[in-house]
Amino acid sequence: MKYLDEFNDPELAKKLFADIERVTTKKWAIMEVCGGQTHAIIRNGIDQLLNDNIELIHGPGCPVCVTPLGGIDKALAIAALPDVIFCSFGDMVRVPGSHRDLFQVRSEGGDVRIVYSPLDAVKLAEENPDKEVVFFAIGFETTAPANAMAVHQAKQRGITNFSVLVSHVLVPPAIEAIVDAEDSRVDGFLAAGHVCSIMGTWQYGPLVDKHQVPIVVTGFEPLDVLEGIRRVVIQLEEGRAELENAYPRVVSEEGNVPAQKLVGEVFEVCDRMWRGIGEIPQSGWRLAPAYRDFDAELRFDVGSIDSPESEVCRSGEVLQGMIKPNECESFGKECTPRKPLGATMVSSEGACAAYYQYRRLDGIEVEVSSGG
Amino acid sequence: MAEKPNFSGWSCPLPLRDYERIVIGHGGGGRLSAELVEHLFLPAFGVDPSEELRDSAVIDLAAQGLADSGGRLAFSTDSYVVRPLFFPGGSIGDLAVNGTVNDVAMSGAQPIALSTGFILEEGLKMETLARVATEMGIAAKLADVRLATGDTKVVDAGQADGLYINTAGVGLIPEGVDIRPGRATPGDVVIVSGPIGMHGVAVMSKRESLEFGTEIRSDSAPLNSLVADMLAVTSDIHVLRDPTRGGVTSSLCEIASTADVGIAYEESLVPVPAEVAAACAFLGLDAMSVANEGKLVAVVPAEQVDAVLVAMQDNTYGREACVIGKVVEAHRGMVVAKTTFGATRVVDLQLGEQLPRIC
Repeated sequence: MKYLDEFNDPELAKKLFADIERVTTKKWAIMEVCGGQTHAIIRNGIDQLLNDNIELIHGPGCPVCVTPLGGIDKALAIAALPDVIFCSFGDMVRVPGSHRDLFQVRSEGGDVRIVYSPLDAVKLAEENPDKEVVFFAIGFETTAPANAMAVHQAKQRGITNFSVLVSHVLVPPAIEAIVDAEDSRVDGFLAAGHVCSIMGTWQYGPLVDKHQVPIVVTGFEPLDVLEGIRRVVIQLEEGRAELENAYPRVVSEEGNVPAQKLVGEVFEVCDRMWRGIGEIPQSGWRLAPAYRDFDAELRFDVGSIDSPESEVCRSGEVLQGMIKPNECESFGKECTPRKPLGATMVSSEGACAAYYQYRRLDGIEVEVSSGG
Repeated sequence: MAEKPNFSGWSCPLPLRDYERIVIGHGGGGRLSAELVEHLFLPAFGVDPSEELRDSAVIDLAAQGLADSGGRLAFSTDSYVVRPLFFPGGSIGDLAVNGTVNDVAMSGAQPIALSTGFILEEGLKMETLARVATEMGIAAKLADVRLATGDTKVVDAGQADGLYINTAGVGLIPEGVDIRPGRATPGDVVIVSGPIGMHGVAVMSKRESLEFGTEIRSDSAPLNSLVADMLAVTSDIHVLRDPTRGGVTSSLCEIASTADVGIAYEESLVPVPAEVAAACAFLGLDAMSVANEGKLVAVVPAEQVDAVLVAMQDNTYGREACVIGKVVEAHRGMVVAKTTFGATRVVDLQLGEQLPRIC
């Protein structure tokens, strides 16, 4: 299968592992920014197979994880209102708020629907003129164009019963916050390929120059991730700090210009709270004034929702790469995907959830007969 | 690294108490479904919690004083609420027959008769019902089983999604056959009867109008002839499961947990059709957790593997049967996969239904 088998080939992987081993002479800590990359690394056991000098630090790039608890509680409150059809991407539906999740809202009579595209939510609004249709617009730059398009189309077509609950976050300010942190251990970054497919690579050059840190734009299949790691290590070993694109089959320097234009029209940059990390200046998008009428937060008065995070949860440290998930005292005990205490245990892309799902037993020898 | 976490007793931190109402995941065949059975139904029904649960119940007529000797019945029921009613490769009709035939067959029994219960929504097109009934008739003929008794109820418009079907089936278990999850033993070999994930992806792509280039068809099929062919070479088959909701992962996890053994499989040995792999990559799903309706997972003693595989590959429904792993002493109660790169990872039951990822 084109673009699947090629980037999962075990023989090529072996070569890449060997290449990385050969060029590595010192200890390096590399952060993969995106949750999709974390998932690929843990699912395939890439971190187990790398040489001991290379430590992978799992970054804050899971949109579900970094959406603040208060934002989720707001979504739950809106979803529970009568005459509201609340639409969300699938993995947001199970994310628990302070007391319940969207599945439970649904079981209590709320109309919660999983959609594959925000445009489906616009269609629902057209088909149900007597209902208010709300879409939970979360995500990084990757999901923003489709969300912007939904709002743009709703406005153009005069659909007044559609709105979005926006909790968009941006990658470059997060990288900046991580390198700026006093105890940052990150030597180099794998930037999120799909974010760059929209935004291009031009935003990252200034970061590289300012902080003298290698950034390699990286894809999501196992071989993509290995190639990204290889390039970061080579830069580090040679004492270089450059921006490289290891995902050119998808990412160009300028990115998707029409998408950027649309996003720039519909959204404006704002300060944003990141669950587990705190507020990062200029790290989010909200609706621009011309589109404010479509803001669900303004349309529905659900009171002020202030949701305290768990006191024992160390997801902030996990998100910033200071500890590994299983170094947290609560990991696998009070905190499981079923009863997550914090951000990183809630989504399948979260580092804690990935560790819980795949890495509860380290160092098991698995021998399987290949007979038959 | 900090002290290794202790996972004793992690599996069920707050059973049921989390939920005051039924959520959709309680029907997903994952952990929530299992908890509903374990913590609500079994205690309410007064069933001994140590009793082994399987795809079909086994009723020993002699042991209950109902027959002089021998005579064990396999008895199973299943309800079908699939949407859409018709999908590539099948329909709710043939599913309702094949699903129950397969549940009965997983005890090693040959199904004799099925009951059919219909819950119809007011306003359902007669033509639709006739089409479903016809497909049930064809499926029954193919499976060589009688649709022996039935019932029909109609509910007000809006109270059902067109049509629901319940079927129950009985079959006779041959003498000397003892197939149940608890018999999985270290050293045994794990077989799947063919390519996995096709039914779930076919239904999902139709339901959500997602196109993946080539059409993926459901594998809906009766497996009783396949089971008969396997038993013809040896009666010593330890476990059979049909990996429907929750997929092969669910079956393996249930076997590991029931038999208190470890199960290890190699990802590179698992037959996943390219179209299914592509759809799963696109939607962020795991093919091992996607539903099948015409496949079985078999656990057989190592010395029987070759003969069983030959018998399976000679049957239409087992043509591509292959070994994917084995039962081990280590990591009891847990399933572990060896990745294509040679690393290992724990494989666990899904909580409820699999959900597509955001990006």
